[in-house]
Amino acid sequence: MFFRNAAARRLVGLVPWLCLLALAVAGCSPERYPQTALLPLSDFARIGDDVQDQTFYWAVGVFVLVEGALLYAIFRFRGRPDDPQPKQVHGNTTVEIIWTVIPALILAAIAVPTVKGIFETNANPGPDALRIEVIGHQWWWEFRYPEAGVVTANELVIPVGRTVELIQHSADVVHSFWPPRFAGKRDVFPGRETRLWFKADSAGLYPGQCAEFCGIQHARMAFHVRAESQDEFAGWLARMQTLGAPGAAKAAAGPDSLRTASAGARLQQQGAAADSAQAPGDPLYAQGEQLFKTKGCLGCHALQAKGAPTGLIGPNLANVGSRAYIAAGWLKNTDANLEQWIQNPQALKKGVLMPNLGVTAEEAKALRAYLRAHN
Amino acid sequence: MATTVLGEQQVHAAHGEKTGLWSWLTTVDHKRIGILYGATAFFFFLLGGLEALLIRIQLARPDNTFLDPDTYNQLFTMHGTSMIFLAIMPLSAMFFNYMIPLLIGARDVAFPRLNAFSYWVFLLGGLFLNVSFLFGAAPDQGWYGYANLTSRQYSPGPNVDFWNLGLQILGIASLAAGVNFFVTVINLRARGMTMMRMPMFVWMSFITQILILLAFPVITVALILLMFDRFFGTHFFIPAGGGDPLLWQHLFWIFGHPEVYILILPAFGIISEILPVFSRKPLFGYAAMVFSGAFIAFLGFGVWSHHMFTTGMGPIADTFFSLSTMLIAIPTGVKIFNWMGTMWGGSLQYKTPMYFAVAFIAMFIIGGLSGVMHASPTADLQQNDTYFIVAHFHYVLFGGSIFALTAGAYYWWPKMFGRMLDEGLGKVHFWLMFVGFNLTFFPMHIVGLNGMPRRTYTYPAELGLDLLNQIETVGAFILTAAFTVFLWNIFKTSRKPRNAPADPWNGATLEWAITSPPPEWNFSEEPVVHGRDPLWEAKRQRGGPLPEPSPGTGAGIHIPNPSYWPLVSAIGVTAIFVAIMLSPKLGAIPVVVAVALTFFGLYNWLFEKGYSEFSTPGGGGH
Amino acid sequence: MSDSAHTLATSTGLDSRKLAIWTFIGSECLFFASLISNYLVQKPRSLVGPFAHEAWTDPASGQVFEPIIEIPLVTVGTALLLFSSLFIVLALNGAQRGNRKQLLGWLGATLACGIFFVGMQVYEFNHFVHKGLTLQQNLFGASFYVLTGFHGTHVTIGVIWLLTMFVLALRRQLPPERAVNLEIAALYWHFVDVVWIIIFPVVYLIK
Repeated sequence: MFFRNAAARRLVGLVPWLCLLALAVAGCSPERYPQTALLPLSDFARIGDDVQDQTFYWAVGVFVLVEGALLYAIFRFRGRPDDPQPKQVHGNTTVEIIWTVIPALILAAIAVPTVKGIFETNANPGPDALRIEVIGHQWWWEFRYPEAGVVTANELVIPVGRTVELIQHSADVVHSFWPPRFAGKRDVFPGRETRLWFKADSAGLYPGQCAEFCGIQHARMAFHVRAESQDEFAGWLARMQTLGAPGAAKAAAGPDSLRTASAGARLQQQGAAADSAQAPGDPLYAQGEQLFKTKGCLGCHALQAKGAPTGLIGPNLANVGSRAYIAAGWLKNTDANLEQWIQNPQALKKGVLMPNLGVTAEEAKALRAYLRAHN
Repeated sequence: MATTVLGEQQVHAAHGEKTGLWSWLTTVDHKRIGILYGATAFFFFLLGGLEALLIRIQLARPDNTFLDPDTYNQLFTMHGTSMIFLAIMPLSAMFFNYMIPLLIGARDVAFPRLNAFSYWVFLLGGLFLNVSFLFGAAPDQGWYGYANLTSRQYSPGPNVDFWNLGLQILGIASLAAGVNFFVTVINLRARGMTMMRMPMFVWMSFITQILILLAFPVITVALILLMFDRFFGTHFFIPAGGGDPLLWQHLFWIFGHPEVYILILPAFGIISEILPVFSRKPLFGYAAMVFSGAFIAFLGFGVWSHHMFTTGMGPIADTFFSLSTMLIAIPTGVKIFNWMGTMWGGSLQYKTPMYFAVAFIAMFIIGGLSGVMHASPTADLQQNDTYFIVAHFHYVLFGGSIFALTAGAYYWWPKMFGRMLDEGLGKVHFWLMFVGFNLTFFPMHIVGLNGMPRRTYTYPAELGLDLLNQIETVGAFILTAAFTVFLWNIFKTSRKPRNAPADPWNGATLEWAITSPPPEWNFSEEPVVHGRDPLWEAKRQRGGPLPEPSPGTGAGIHIPNPSYWPLVSAIGVTAIFVAIMLSPKLGAIPVVVAVALTFFGLYNWLFEKGYSEFSTPGGGGH
Repeated sequence: MSDSAHTLATSTGLDSRKLAIWTFIGSECLFFASLISNYLVQKPRSLVGPFAHEAWTDPASGQVFEPIIEIPLVTVGTALLLFSSLFIVLALNGAQRGNRKQLLGWLGATLACGIFFVGMQVYEFNHFVHKGLTLQQNLFGASFYVLTGFHGTHVTIGVIWLLTMFVLALRRQLPPERAVNLEIAALYWHFVDVVWIIIFPVVYLIK
């Protein structure tokens, strides 16, 4: 038989390892994964990534040596039942000291960058940082820009090249804010403030999500980080400030100079959002506006980015029309999705605090038109 | 002492072969209790495995709707809780029960009825936890139950109560067993068996008991505080009342990290028994093995906050807990090298237990190395709460504990049941398990680092995680096949004649000196020990294998009587927690009744005829 | 009292039951350490009064709540509990020497102290609730009741245990060769006292 051959047996024994290796190579290229933690895009994330790389290389080295020695022993010292008894050895002090000291030295080598990284990531980001409040809710994210007095939800807009400091707390249970491209997690507690900072180095839309189990819809408590050039960001923030008084959305919805080629435009390039931003004069818009009041949406959602009431249990919708995703960062903001969400949120996200309000398909269209205009 | 002459008649009457349900309900024999532990824990293990399989089916595709989110959350919570408290711990307890007395040359544990009590409380606690499924209200907050999600406000149903009270019940079982085995190891060793001659499994089990005794009170307090929050309106973990959810995390992990060593140290012990026997060479560096085990346990109490790096504890705490965690790698490394040193230069006999034991080393190395990777807080900020961690602890607890426990099962099966498990099926089992395990858990490293968080019932397609998740699910099915083969092997073996020799593996320790399975009294003559590998020594002196031992008649040997009072007491203790559960509806009266039942059981236990020196009226000492 | 199959020839020469109770006490240390830590962490986090050592005025109603802690009564209870540790040593001495009168007398005294202590605690809890400190009121109240309540439960179990011993002694079932049974109960009793020696200053004296 083929497998009687010792060398072949050895090869067969290697098969799972080779499979693993192939798998690792195939699966490892992080470019395939938009939410990867392995392609840092900020100074903060790079600190952790460097430490991780260093420990990883040490780990791989140790892995190869030790597993190699183990494999050698497995085959080299293979015995038969009738073999003479091997030499009875009880230990060897020298060897034992060596294999205590060498791991200690390796660990010391890992400890140096580790401690350095700890102090770097715990450093104060300085007074120039843009401060943003992050508030975790079951199951969505609220972002407040205290200096501009602006509130938004589920899409954190930040400038590239300027350090942002996130000051976080939770409105209900423990969450964890995790934008993997920009930083590791930081838990978000009720009644306790935690901080996280980073300086993004490239523009784009990047996913993140809650990383601490927080109830039935923990899986669908995602968000996006939209990193923009500092000019674009300033434009966005200024425009958000105009979405202040009720009805301001109407004024802002038309063609306006403040709206740079940022959010909405890029969205349309991506084809994520539909091109259905109705003008306020549209009858659908008016119907939606009416429905928004009568269906009780206002009880949980604000439509002003500036001066919005606080403590609402639903996300701020001032610029919902131009967000890439709805329902906390996982459902593409298409007309169909938005209508379906308005009609039957419980089917899409069971247990979400938004109840099914008995909205008909027609009404959903109107509400969609109304919300789409808030962009 | 008056003790010596007690209950002779009952003792002698008890020596016949005992069968039937009643004999199992009243047994105080450590071997039978060990088998009960094993059977129960294996059942819960299969249940936990089934839960894992359902989880894997759900995750095989993005946006899958095979399970709805609350079912999924119940399944992952119960999978973790079951595997830790109802599978790995009691599977270890099976070996504590069956093997510790045999390995140290004792006739039983120090307190046989307390031992039965531990088992019954464990069984009832496990049932209490799982009964929740029948009400559609299984725990759904994660096995670690982070506050304040567990408060009445955010978890109004009974789910968290099942978990909270269930773990309190199981804690009682663990503590009772902890006292029992601690005393057993200290006090019931055979003549000549000094502490530094004890088999390594006994040593590691002994250290495990210390960890149980010191760690479980902390979780008990945490659970009690949570119980007060949920039942009596306190605010220990509720921010609105000034409480701090972070305190729960500290209390939980002060218990939780030692718990990890409670799960792995017995596995270390099993491996340290198997490797020398199948290498035909004594354990390399015995003293270093003992001290590294003790050192791991000691350090285990100083690393708990490495589970909490993401909470933002500040640089000083981060540094302390990071470095203390790295320190643990040193004694762990010593163990791995000593195991390899044991194999080095040996004559390796590849029987099934050896396959599992060697794979244990290989897998545990991977788990240990990924562990060092998240000892660095800055790296852990990315890794924490992702599938990278899931991969890590499955390499430690499945690649580690479960591989070792399976190795132990194949190794000690003939001793426990008098029948050898089938070697061919054993190797099929091994290869399926080895491949299935790696296929299931290795890709988790990759999906974790590439953005898949834990405890999510689904993931969107655009994250690109579907291929690896599919592979993991295939691995889970292979694992299912592996354990099906194991079940088939058990079934097949049970139909073979009971003809296993006393010493099928050329063992080194005392259990192989007596028949398979051992007589109820274990050793007809109390063994005397002169070294670390007493049976090898005996064989060396004799210049060959020992003759098949005879079980003897057991005449004149004192064996504790069967007793149902441990069962009654265990029912009473469990009833207390059931009554607490129902107290919002039924008030305090059921609690009082349950406490009364417990005292009734305990008093009858304490003054039981044939046991108690007080059962002979009139103060016989005069 | 125990499964005494192995109490004769043990590896260490120690009675297994005695070793078991020591082991149990070791485990209990962690239990009370956790409860005491919890008290120290929770007490200053109370959002509203009443407080342990300061008066508190409810801003809503203007009602004034007196400081909760009153030293005199609990000092008597503490003293009696401490004395009871001495008494049980004397009782044990009586048991070991076969002096039944000494055994019953001092065991009775120990029991009286224990019962007084439990009674004091029941009175104190009632009194404190009356003064506005409930389990739900604030974290000081919650952690105070849980800590002292669990200690009180331990004392109660100790009283039941010693009462059992007392009945056995009355029935002449506690001869010198069985005195170890009382010794084990006494170890537990001492432990409960020692825990109170820590709780008393932490809860009542430290401001």
